[in-house]
Amino acid sequence: MTTLAVPAPVRWRALQKLARNPMGLVGAILLLIVVVAGVFAPWLAPYPPAEVHFATPFQQPATVGFALGTDDLGRDVLSRVLHGTRASLQVGFLSVLLAVVVGVPLGLVAGYWHRLDAIVSRLTDLMLAFPFLVLAVGLAAINGGGIGNAAVALGIANIPTMIRIVRAETLRLKDTDFVLAATAMDAGPVRILGQHILPNAISAIIVQATVIMPAAVLGEAVLSFLGLGIQPPAPSLGIMLSDAQQFLFRTLWPGVFPGIAIAVICLGFNLFGDALRDALDPKTVSEGH
Amino acid sequence: MARYLIDRLWQSALTLVLASIVVFLGVRALPGDPALAMAGEEADPATLAAVRAQLGLDEPLPVQYLQFVGKALGGDLGRSTRTGTPVIDMIGATLPVTVQLAVYAMLIAVLAGMAGGVLAAVYRGRWPEWLANGFSLTALSVPTFWLGILAVVYLAVQLGWFPASGYVSPLENPLRAIYYLTLPAAILGLSHAAVVQRQTRSSMVGALTADYVRTARAKGLGRATVVFRYGLRNSLIVVTTVIGLQLGGLIAGAVVTERIFTLPGIGKLTLDSVFTRDYPVIQAVVLVITASYILINLLVDVLYTLVDPRIRVSGRAS
Repeated sequence: MTTLAVPAPVRWRALQKLARNPMGLVGAILLLIVVVAGVFAPWLAPYPPAEVHFATPFQQPATVGFALGTDDLGRDVLSRVLHGTRASLQVGFLSVLLAVVVGVPLGLVAGYWHRLDAIVSRLTDLMLAFPFLVLAVGLAAINGGGIGNAAVALGIANIPTMIRIVRAETLRLKDTDFVLAATAMDAGPVRILGQHILPNAISAIIVQATVIMPAAVLGEAVLSFLGLGIQPPAPSLGIMLSDAQQFLFRTLWPGVFPGIAIAVICLGFNLFGDALRDALDPKTVSEGH
Repeated sequence: MARYLIDRLWQSALTLVLASIVVFLGVRALPGDPALAMAGEEADPATLAAVRAQLGLDEPLPVQYLQFVGKALGGDLGRSTRTGTPVIDMIGATLPVTVQLAVYAMLIAVLAGMAGGVLAAVYRGRWPEWLANGFSLTALSVPTFWLGILAVVYLAVQLGWFPASGYVSPLENPLRAIYYLTLPAAILGLSHAAVVQRQTRSSMVGALTADYVRTARAKGLGRATVVFRYGLRNSLIVVTTVIGLQLGGLIAGAVVTERIFTLPGIGKLTLDSVFTRDYPVIQAVVLVITASYILINLLVDVLYTLVDPRIRVSGRAS
């Protein structure tokens, strides 16, 4: 490879720094649990998430057969939390993907060509003008709710920040000596952006992705809670909370576990993201040196 | 600075126009023909054409857009297809509730967040900082609407400290109005308090280790004077920025909070209109929320230039 990206030792040092950060380690462990739970949900869950057991509604946690109890229809809370986590991660991943696929090229273009900057800025302003819930309302009115609706609304909501971050990185890198050298060697804009600027902006993009993920997970829960996101009977942590709210005065349990699941997912991403930011930032000197 | 403000004003106006075009086209993209819905399925083509002409649907799109904007500026946002009430009246009845909730929540967020941030910065590395950091991390990770549900069960129903739902107009009874809104506003403000606190803390830490603060201390100024006159003034800028950035989240949070505490705000109107497919109401609500969002962001930017002398001089934000 002839790229002039961050040399490997720097990345290695960042990894070492990350491993030494106790909070980051806690975050990484939480994330590992969450990802395993989400990816292997169909195999880990003892029941299909929508299977009703009318004979045994409102079971307490630690009942035989239902480790976390059952809800108002006798559905197994553990199975629904596992599948709900899977749905949350899917929405989070899709919205990050959308933000990256749209935001990164636009950010590169805006940062590199001054003339296109104004157009991209207006587009950014336009996207920022719609709060994500309003976007979700509009999308729900047009295509009805659904997992795609939630992911698109949350993805669009996160495009502007991604554009701004990549644009700022491009502006910074555009004037560096190695880009100047590449220009002098007659490299075209596509080559400069793809091989010299993008690899160096990757850290900032990854850090931003760890910011989008928990926000999207929370956003999905909010949208599904309101009935604008994932539609029942598909399992979602937000729908579980909305179902539980109707029966709160009988039992609290079906509402406790989905809330904890959302908190664990978000805490994992927040802790890991913070640590990653510190590790990738060359300005923070780790204690070891 | 005048140049910056004029630029900013013109940008906001352009964004507003673009946003209204998006909303207008979005409604046209909705499934179903409004003329067919009004005239009925069995209407003959002549009646259908007449209804279409009456609704202005036979005009070219740009003309329809201008008519839509003209009416909207005159306060005519159409009528609800469900109840027949003018949409502007429905918004007039619900918007004040949401504004009260949002302002009260922001007030709680700013006061609690700044207090926590100052404590964390002043007592760095001691227990107040740990407490404040623990609070902000929890508030940012735990979904606040879940806390809202739990708060209804424990604080409202079991302990009876607060009403579980309902709304009282401050024009009727100001004290009861505050009492009814306190729990919803506190729940809505929680995550924003955490953000304000984090930002206040980091800007205070920066300010308290700056040379001019050391000079002020060396000069013999008291600790409190230094913290409040020098440190806090800088963090005001940060707080203004944060409020601007948090607006979108605040709107989403208000919709959820209204749902949990059954408050008759614009969030409830929005959700009701989505579920009943009341398109004129959806269109109007989206337009009103977006327009106020753009306007408030503009206001925050103007405020920003007034608070931060650096922006005032150089005429540029960040």
